[in-house]
Amino acid sequence: MDVSQYLEIFLDEAREHLQNLNTRIMELESDPESMDTINEIFRAAHSLKGMAGTMGYSRMQTLTHDMENVFSEVRNGNLKVVPEMVDLLFKCLDALEEYTDNIQNSADEGTNDNEPLIRQLNDFLSGRDGGVKQGNTAHAPAAESAAPVDGAGNKWDEISLEDSQIRVIKEARNQGKNIYGLNVRIHEACILKAARAFLVFKAVEGLGEIIISDPSAQDVEDEKFDRDFTLIILSDAELDQVIAAASAVSEIERVVGAPIELENNKNYSAADEAEESPAPEEVKQVPAQPSESAAEPAAAASAPAAAPAAAPKNDVKKPASNKPVVNCTVRVDIEKLDSLMNLVSELIIAKNSLVAASSQEETAVNSAFNEQIEYLESVTTNLHESVMKVRMVPIESVVTKFPRMIRDLSKKLDKKMELYMSGEETELDRTVVDEIGDPLMHLLRNSADHGLESAEVRAMRGKPAVGSIFLDAYQEGNNVIIEVRDDGNGIDVEAVKAKAIERGAITPEQAANMTDKEIISLLFLPSFSTAKQVTDVSGRGVGLDVVKSKIESLSGEVEVKSQLGVGSTWTVRLPLTLAIIQALMVVVGDEKYAISLGSIQTLEDIPASDVKLVQNKEVIHLRGSVIPLIRLNQVLDVESSNKDEANLIVVIVKKGDQLAGLVIDELIGQQEIVIKSLGKYIRQCKFISGATILGDGEIALILDANALI
Amino acid sequence: MDLSLANNYVVEEEQSIIETVQFIVIRFGEEQYGIDIRYIDNIVRMQHITRVPKMPAYLKGVINLRGEVIPVISMRLKMGLAADEITKASRIIVVKLEQEGNVGFIVDEVKEVVQLTADEIEKITYNAKDEKANLINAVGKHNGELISLFDLSAVSLEGN
Repeated sequence: MDVSQYLEIFLDEAREHLQNLNTRIMELESDPESMDTINEIFRAAHSLKGMAGTMGYSRMQTLTHDMENVFSEVRNGNLKVVPEMVDLLFKCLDALEEYTDNIQNSADEGTNDNEPLIRQLNDFLSGRDGGVKQGNTAHAPAAESAAPVDGAGNKWDEISLEDSQIRVIKEARNQGKNIYGLNVRIHEACILKAARAFLVFKAVEGLGEIIISDPSAQDVEDEKFDRDFTLIILSDAELDQVIAAASAVSEIERVVGAPIELENNKNYSAADEAEESPAPEEVKQVPAQPSESAAEPAAAASAPAAAPAAAPKNDVKKPASNKPVVNCTVRVDIEKLDSLMNLVSELIIAKNSLVAASSQEETAVNSAFNEQIEYLESVTTNLHESVMKVRMVPIESVVTKFPRMIRDLSKKLDKKMELYMSGEETELDRTVVDEIGDPLMHLLRNSADHGLESAEVRAMRGKPAVGSIFLDAYQEGNNVIIEVRDDGNGIDVEAVKAKAIERGAITPEQAANMTDKEIISLLFLPSFSTAKQVTDVSGRGVGLDVVKSKIESLSGEVEVKSQLGVGSTWTVRLPLTLAIIQALMVVVGDEKYAISLGSIQTLEDIPASDVKLVQNKEVIHLRGSVIPLIRLNQVLDVESSNKDEANLIVVIVKKGDQLAGLVIDELIGQQEIVIKSLGKYIRQCKFISGATILGDGEIALILDANALI
Repeated sequence: MDLSLANNYVVEEEQSIIETVQFIVIRFGEEQYGIDIRYIDNIVRMQHITRVPKMPAYLKGVINLRGEVIPVISMRLKMGLAADEITKASRIIVVKLEQEGNVGFIVDEVKEVVQLTADEIEKITYNAKDEKANLINAVGKHNGELISLFDLSAVSLEGN
């Protein structure tokens, strides 16, 4: 079977199940008795096994199968959840993840059999009762399937037969056909019972004719049955063949069958007497049909099968609304969304040029035209917002792996810690979410390793023995803030200073003049680690500078606040979207530049006489705060085109809680702009974050206010 | 008509396709240069180039080519010649580079397309002292004239 077209769906779902398993097993660890959790785990493992089997990944299937056995024993109460078992299960999940990664990379699961894991799993299974129950596991299903044959088996004898049906059966018997009763039980973990039942119906119809189904075919189709259903069939085939055909459908737990003797039926005699109402038209057809059906049973099969189905239809309709509401979602390839976003960008550029053209026109453009342009503007803005929303995904997909990571770290570092998360539902552009995982992981590891003190120190400081790490996400204006906070030691400024001097990053004289904040920012320099010893977790000096550059490449920023002995807070600020922003268009020299509205605080007209010099730097005094001035024409190497020497136009921009005033020559106005990359050839000039295409087709560069401050 | 003759013709043409490389011949001052046509994405007229601050002089800035932002390089400055004099004949040749994507080069004039066979192309050796020569990796002979052939991979490496 060619399964390649399902590969993506498989990968998506497999990852979902793995994540689910990770989360649930964590839950299980803290609450080993929770039946709900175990059931959920069992279900996820079972689906995973089924999927892997369907796709032909046998190693993955084998491993999941053995895990499932363990879960099954836990669920049956034969096995207790112990820490070693949880550890082992996590290892298995890692192995499964490895398979999934291999499949993603090469469509092949790889060759690692993970035998040690499987052996350990089996040890758990056999270990629990000196191997006695080990055998039991294997035989249990068999025994189970054998038992009901006598007990619940003869369900078909309990079906109340209608007059007409009895006639059909008699007639068939007269024609020398075999009449069988069949009871099919579907596996408990099966999700699509109706689909499995349908396959059984189909398999059986291939060999004969289903004359009665209990519950009715319609009910079965609507999944209104528990786990088993009973059929009465007419067939030329042997009983074994019929049973084999039905059992061949996957996720069927057992099939029992036997030839039917009408006399055994409880309702037989009663039905015989019941001559009141032999039911309407369709029933009349039934006795007529079998004569033809002798010739071609398959073709006729549909008619009698439809008869019992049609009858209860009216009663069925009402409860049908009880069906679980299916989420109306579609999985869409991110590339398709990207191209949609590109088209929206093009549209906005085209709209901008229309706006530019209409405003340039000296002659009075008719007002209807302007109205339409305004309408177009609002449509494109809404369209952009909608497309943007489609691309937004909750950061949940990234952060759900963190509790597991912290758990592992806790063991590895031998520190007690707990991760508290909030705001997992906060949404960000998909491209940002994909990239943000690693930096956040670094920050969390950093908190766990450097931040939290060892148990003794914590006890000495009167802190709770279990360290707390918080991950909070929330939206603030056009930004999303993600905070990583811990109640650990905080950053030791003196240690950082000493280290920086030792490394030659700063001179002792420089250090003396630096504020604590400036010193803390040294942590973001490449190859800077204050950890006394390099651990497996962090301290190789590749952490924080990578975090910073990664976040900056996403047009975000990272800040840290820390209090020695109390803890530190790392704040990551990210833009909601990357592609299209609202910007203020300004003129410097004779060139146009865009400044993201997000970083702009206010616009000010400042008399040139208000500019003061502090430490030979220009500053202005504005509403109680001293703000450094940056003359953009000097930064950008152009002649200022501002003729009015007496007044300066200043854009006050904000980075965290730092302010700066950018001196510009002229204001154009606010505009929605599409961010384009400058391409790889131009090594990004530090304070140019990209370019945008203006209405007249020209290019304006986007100034990154954060880099200027 | 003789079928075999027609076949011969096809074979001949195929051979010529395999053996020759097409070059676009461009002019800087009096000198002729050639760019392998397979690299060329587009040739556009001179247009307004948006300057990017803090870039080396030869990097003139960026242009908008149908919605794409493309960096533009002055080949003259890159080769150490006098700065460009923009005339009606000036063009920007947009080439596709493997690593860097599209890059535009300002040239004085685009003259023609020539086909050079392998024996008309002569490799020249690398000369570390002569910056101009670093961009040229071969010389082509065509109708008694010499055409210096650009090594585009060298251009892209210099950008880093």
